[in-house]
Amino acid sequence: MRRPAHGLIVLALLAGAPAAADGIAAGERRSGSDFMAPETQAMQADDTSNPGMLWVVQGAGLWEQGAGASGLSCAGCHGAAADSMRGVAARYPALDAASGKPVDLTGRINQCRTVRQGASALVRESNELLALTTFVAHQSRGMPISPPSDPGLDAYRAAGRELFTTRMGQLDLSCANCHDDNWRGRLAGSAVTQAHPTGYPLYRLEWQGVGSLQRRMRNCMIGVRAEPFAAGSDAFIALELYLMQRAAGMAIETPGVRP
Amino acid sequence: MTRSLVSVPGTARRGDIVDVRAMIAHPMETGYRMGPNGVAIPRRIITRFVCTYGGEEVFAAAFFPAVSANPFVSFSLVATESGTVGFAWTDDEGQTETASAEIVVS
Ligand code: HEC
Ligand code: HEC
Repeated sequence: MRRPAHGLIVLALLAGAPAAADGIAAGERRSGSDFMAPETQAMQADDTSNPGMLWVVQGAGLWEQGAGASGLSCAGCHGAAADSMRGVAARYPALDAASGKPVDLTGRINQCRTVRQGASALVRESNELLALTTFVAHQSRGMPISPPSDPGLDAYRAAGRELFTTRMGQLDLSCANCHDDNWRGRLAGSAVTQAHPTGYPLYRLEWQGVGSLQRRMRNCMIGVRAEPFAAGSDAFIALELYLMQRAAGMAIETPGVRP
Repeated sequence: MTRSLVSVPGTARRGDIVDVRAMIAHPMETGYRMGPNGVAIPRRIITRFVCTYGGEEVFAAAFFPAVSANPFVSFSLVATESGTVGFAWTDDEGQTETASAEIVVS
């Protein structure tokens, strides 16, 4: 998706494609890691070779470190993350009672930083915030994605589905055109995949670092030459909600590795 | 804050060939890239990696700009005695990051 030429190739492929089907049959769902070369799968599977673990290690350090006016650490309130954070990532984004709006895991962590620690918010895609999010999400590795059934989320989830199936950008393609209708295909060298959010934040070899689900979606939007949504925007969180719903029951892999 | 991950088996039998792995978070900035407005991003890479076993150097490698960010090294050692396996990465500013692991040989 990085090279603009990809989009042109797919445009030609999709010219005669049928209208977006409604999702992928439950029996056919596959994580992005399933499409990877065996070498990349092996890199993800072994914590001593998975470079995403470097962010987990950093996050574990930050978890213990006091911050802000309160001087409190995450551990000071939450104790051992292995207990308190187990399963948390599997049910985010979740409804934030205070604002009545959905908040993703990264947003929730930043809330604890600002409101409870009295520290400044961390910037999205900063190493520190990625490290904390990766560390927290890692505590749910292997657990099934279990989106909350909160009716307050329904409208946002529906908005996410709408965004996923709406054509956008100069190439006039929807997410679904690629990820529902053509996930078996390849876009130049890359497997298109089903766009499941199971591994995030994850280490992408191309990025030479860990990045968020929103960064991945931003890449896809740039690929179809659409104006990407802003980091942390309602639109991205709605898409995250829909993707988590679409992947309900699939196992969290954080930190994933992707080509 | 250093971010490194090293892997050495905790125990081994004398004479065993053991697998050692070491990984460190580092940008390995080549010095060949341009940042915003065409300003060159200065080179910053790890140039030397050393592994010691019982205080003695047993493995070393020179790194160059073609090595990826967050470099990963894997090699083997012959387990001879219980002791500390030490790791040191030195970058071109002369800064060294270290890590270590213990091995018990019986
Ligand atoms: C033109 C086809 C195309 C469109 C349209 C597209 N993507 Fe993608 N997407 C890809 C390809 C190809 C990859 C895999 C790239 C790689 O691995 O290098 C990908 C990867 C992803 C992944 C990563 C999955 C994983 O396992 O890590 C997610 C999530 C994703 N896309 C979401 C979206 C969303 C959301 C949209 C709409 C805003 C979208 N994509 C639009 C082609 C597309
Ligand atoms: C002053 C105490 C305090 C500190 C410090 C703190 N938190 Fe929290 N955190 C809370 C409380 C209280 C909640 C809300 C619990 C609830 O609603 O069940 C919460 C909720 C959370 C949640 C959502 C849990 C869930 O089940 O939905 C996450 C994730 C989280 N905190 C992460 C962090 C991280 C990471 C840090 C450090 C950067 C941190 N917290 C620091 C008190 C704290």
